[in-house]
Amino acid sequence: MSAPPAPAATAPAPPRTSAPTTGSSSATPPRRRRRPLRSRLGPYLLLIPALVPLGVGLGYPLVRQFVFSFQEYGLAQQFGRPAEWVGLDNYVTLLSDPYVWGVIARSIAFCLVNAALTMALGIALAVLMTKVGRAARITLQVGMLLAWGTPVLATMTVWQWLFDSQYGVVNWVLAGPLGMEGQRGHSWLIEPLSFYAVATVIVVWMSVPFVVFTVYAGLLQVPEECMEAAQLDGASSWQRLWRLALPMIKPVLFVVALLQVIWDLRVFTQIHVLQRAGAPTRETHLLGTYIYSLSKEFSMAGAMATIMLVITLALTVFYIRRMLREDEA
Amino acid sequence: MTAVVPPPSTAVPARAQVVPNRRRPRRRATAARWLLGALAVLVALAWVFPVYWMINSAFLPTNRLRTPEPSFLPFGGTLSNFRRVLTDPSFYDAFKVSLAVTGLTLAAAILFAFVAALAISRFRFRGRKSFVVTVLVVQMIPAEGLFISQYQMLDTWHLVNSVLGLSIVYVAAVLPFTIWMLRGFVSGVPIELEEAAMMDGLSRTGAFFRITFPLLAPGLVASGVYGFLQAWNEYTLALVVMTDPAERTLPLWLQGLVEANRATDWGVVMAGAALITVPVIAFFLFVQRRMSSGLVAGAVKG
Repeated sequence: MSAPPAPAATAPAPPRTSAPTTGSSSATPPRRRRRPLRSRLGPYLLLIPALVPLGVGLGYPLVRQFVFSFQEYGLAQQFGRPAEWVGLDNYVTLLSDPYVWGVIARSIAFCLVNAALTMALGIALAVLMTKVGRAARITLQVGMLLAWGTPVLATMTVWQWLFDSQYGVVNWVLAGPLGMEGQRGHSWLIEPLSFYAVATVIVVWMSVPFVVFTVYAGLLQVPEECMEAAQLDGASSWQRLWRLALPMIKPVLFVVALLQVIWDLRVFTQIHVLQRAGAPTRETHLLGTYIYSLSKEFSMAGAMATIMLVITLALTVFYIRRMLREDEA
Repeated sequence: MTAVVPPPSTAVPARAQVVPNRRRPRRRATAARWLLGALAVLVALAWVFPVYWMINSAFLPTNRLRTPEPSFLPFGGTLSNFRRVLTDPSFYDAFKVSLAVTGLTLAAAILFAFVAALAISRFRFRGRKSFVVTVLVVQMIPAEGLFISQYQMLDTWHLVNSVLGLSIVYVAAVLPFTIWMLRGFVSGVPIELEEAAMMDGLSRTGAFFRITFPLLAPGLVASGVYGFLQAWNEYTLALVVMTDPAERTLPLWLQGLVEANRATDWGVVMAGAALITVPVIAFFLFVQRRMSSGLVAGAVKG
């Protein structure tokens, strides 16, 4: 990072300069319209390289899937039969199946529980970081970083080993030192509820570090003077946290909570890997894995994915609108 | 930390009055601080434990993993688990595929995101706002609901089981966040620097490459590492697109290793997991500070 030429450059700016260069001042609207075509097209040209892969990799599949969700498109069509329009049939089939509602309800419950736990733990630990000494803080940061940086598949592998029914540490701790004899050889993944408990432990363990670091970075940005002023006015440190610091970093909390809800609703890898580790799949499906299991019936999968998109929007529309309003400001 | 010098009580009368009131809470505060510190260390240990357990188990021979009492320290351990993984040709095949996909994704994503970030933070033009909103909203599309459609698309183009095909969907997945992140970095370099250079006679392009670009290097590195982590660790799309065992990426390879050895040999599995984790953690430690501070920069108006 050499910082070469521009040293004394700012000073000499006599009259005539500002118009052609900056162009941003309100005094020059007529000139702007006459800018050469090349520079008006410039920004659009710069956007094309990004728009093409976004369109090909996301936009096109999204539209295609949406269209197919109104068609009969299964194995026969993969071998060349033209697809028939069936209107809302796929949606009706799905939404009149109580099993599908079960999957939706489980997904939403799983998402909200995980997002709430992650946020609560993450905020608590971020506050904790601001209250402890340097050594303790760095220890906590390193621990969080190691957990955060571990690739998801490696994480899943270790947790399977930890929850292994025969030689896993979790069963050993519960049966040995904690004296719960019944836990010896206990198989965690058979029962849907304990399956979700294991999944929750893993998802929360993986997601908390991001929340901790982001919220902690936000807390550091709260101006010192505000906190001091509140202290002089007699606010206890608890009050300063609840009434001052957390409200001030609300934008950060919003973004983080939004991301958690989105990520936890679309959780796939963790559920999929745990299912392959020997859980009953039908009883443990969430939205992502259920769509995956529908892959042979393409139009059903498309309809289900559209439903999932609608649920995501329903859960997040409030946040998104707020964020857009703040981006404007 | 204990800079609480007990003030000489005789010094100034006014002060002596204040001190006794303040001292006791201070001492209690110090005790509380120690307790909280201990709590923080405990939490850290709990969070590290799985990672530690992976490495610990990777060094233990099977007969010490399959005992009623777990071994908490790898004393008298062995390297045989690592040897088994590293002599397995399928590990290297998967490594090559991962490397190719990650490299391609990274190169494309960084370049495309960079020019896009430039456009939205340095130009005012019609449609700018809707592009920014698109970039934001696209991140909310549940990709997990899209993979079948992506598979079908790649299938019609004969790009299933191909590095190029997987890279296309990866680039699309990584781009929105990369653009978002780089936008922050580009806006962080004051336009005045460029304008000053332009007054000194550089062209707009020249000013950009001579002045702004060098200042953006940290941002480019940070988003590059972000892209690396995403592509290197991704599992879902790889599972869908790379169905041929010869084209597996490392995460798929690891899953295969788990399924082959789960019942018999966790040591080898842990060695495999540790091998793909170590480089990632190294990169990760390098980048994380920039990532989380980039997200909150300017979010709090003081």
